[in-house]
Amino acid sequence: MKFIFSSIGKSVINLIREMGQIMLLFLEALSWLFRPPFRIRHFFKQMEFIGVNSLFVVMLTSLFTGMVLALQTYYAFRMFSAETLVGATVALSMTRELGPVITGLMVTGRAGSAICAEIGTMRVTEQVDALTVMAINPVQYLVLPRILAGFIVLPMLTVISDIMGILGGYLVGVKVLGIHGGLFMNKIYEYVEIGDIYNGLIKASVFGVILTLVGCYKGFYTAGGAEGVGRSTTQAVVMSSVLILVSDYILTALMF
Amino acid sequence: MNNEKPIIVLEKVSKSFGGFTVLDKLDLALEKDKVNTIIGRSGGGKSVLIKHIIGLLKPDNGRVLIQGQDIVPMKERELAAVRRRFGMLFQEAALFDSFTVEQNVAFPLREHTRKSLREVKEIVDAKLASVGLSGMGGKMPSELSGGMRKRVGLARALAMDPQIVLFDEPTSGLDPVMSATINELILRTQREFGATCVVISHDIVATMKTADRVYMLYDGKIIASGTPDEINRWDDPVVRQFIRGEAEGPIKVN
Repeated sequence: MKFIFSSIGKSVINLIREMGQIMLLFLEALSWLFRPPFRIRHFFKQMEFIGVNSLFVVMLTSLFTGMVLALQTYYAFRMFSAETLVGATVALSMTRELGPVITGLMVTGRAGSAICAEIGTMRVTEQVDALTVMAINPVQYLVLPRILAGFIVLPMLTVISDIMGILGGYLVGVKVLGIHGGLFMNKIYEYVEIGDIYNGLIKASVFGVILTLVGCYKGFYTAGGAEGVGRSTTQAVVMSSVLILVSDYILTALMF
Repeated sequence: MNNEKPIIVLEKVSKSFGGFTVLDKLDLALEKDKVNTIIGRSGGGKSVLIKHIIGLLKPDNGRVLIQGQDIVPMKERELAAVRRRFGMLFQEAALFDSFTVEQNVAFPLREHTRKSLREVKEIVDAKLASVGLSGMGGKMPSELSGGMRKRVGLARALAMDPQIVLFDEPTSGLDPVMSATINELILRTQREFGATCVVISHDIVATMKTADRVYMLYDGKIIASGTPDEINRWDDPVVRQFIRGEAEGPIKVN
C-alpha cells in the first residue's frame, strides 16, 4: 500500500519537475528572441523541415479524416433528413478541432521525434558541449529557431489541413453519397464563422510550440548513448501528443 | 625557476553528483606555455575536472581561476568571452555531423569574426594543412576514420588561435601510429601556436613523452605533480602502481 502511494508521489513530482524544466527552457529561448545574432537561415531551414516536409502527410491524413467524417455524419443526419448539414459539420469539426489536432499529432510524429533524435544525438556525442565551448549558446542556436518555426508553420499547415478535410467531405458527401453540391457548400458558408478558423489557428500555434519545445527539451536532457536517444525520442512523442490533447481541451474551454 | 603566474588555478574545488564525491577540495595550478597532462583512472573524474576548467560544470565549492579571473560566479555572457580564449578537442572529436570538414573548422570563425569568406577559407586550409588533412575539406565527418576526425577536431579547436587548448583523452581508441601522430600534434600545438596545452589521459607512455608537467588525479585530489622524471621516481605506492600499470597495489579495482 505504502509502495503504491510512494510511487504515485514520485511520478507526480517527476512530472512537475519536468514541466518546470520545460518552462525554464522556453523562457530561456524567449530571452534570446530579440538578442543578436539572429539566425534567419536556421529559422527558414527549420520551417522547411517542420513545415514543407510535413505537407504531404498532413494533406493525406486530413483528406481521409474529412472523408470519414462525411461518411459517419451522413448516416446519422439521414435519420432526420438533414443530409445537407454534412458539409457544415465537417467544416466546423475540421476548422475548430481536427485540423489543428491532426496537424499537431502528425507533425509531432514526423518532426518532433526527429528534432528530439537530432538534438539528443548531438548531446550524447558532445556536440552540444562543443557549441558551448565555442562560446555559442546552444539554446539560442538549436532551440529558438525550432520553436519559432513550429509557432509560425503549424497554422499554415492547419489552413491546408482544413481545406483538405473539407475537400474530402465534399468528395464523399457530394460525389459518393449524392448530397446536392450547392446546398453542401451553402451550409458551410452559413454555419462556419471566421472566428472558428482563427481559434483553430491559435490552437495550431500553441501545438507548434509544444511539439518543438518538448522535442528540444527531451533531446537536450538525453543521457545514455544510442539507447538514451531512442528512449527520449519515444518520450518526446508521447509527451507532446498528451500535452497537445490536454491543451486542446483547455484552449477549447477557454475560447468557445 | 618559473616566475610566471600559473594560467589556470583551481582552489579547493569540490564536486559531487548525487552524494558521490568526484572532486574533493582539489587544488591544481597549471603552467603557462607548457604541456600539462593530468593522469588518472578511467571514471576517476578527469573529464569532470576538464569540464570545470572550461565552465561546462560549476563546482559545488571552490574557485576556478583562468588567467586570474574567477569563472565560477560568471554569467553566461562573461563566460563566453573567457571561452573564446580556449580551444577544446573532445574525446570523440564532437564534429558537427551535418557539416562538412571545412564547415566544421570554419564554424567558430564565421560565428565570432567578421572575416570575409576568402579569409576564412585561407585560415581553414592552413589549419587543415597543419594537422595533415589538406584537401579533405569537402568530406563529411562520417566518411573519416577516428584519427582523422580527431585531427579535424584539433583544427577546429585551433581555428581561433586559442591561448589554451584542452585535450580530452586525445589518444584513446586510436592505433599506435595514429596515437603517435596525435602526440606529435599536441607538441606542435604548444610550440608552433604557442598555446598552453591541458591534456587528460591515462596513456602513460604517451604522457611521459609529451608532457612538461604531469599531475596525478586520484580519489578527487591531485596526489602528485612534477616533471615526467619526477613522477617516474615518485615513491607514493598509488602513483607507482598507476605509472607501472600493476594490478596489485593500493588502488582498488571494482
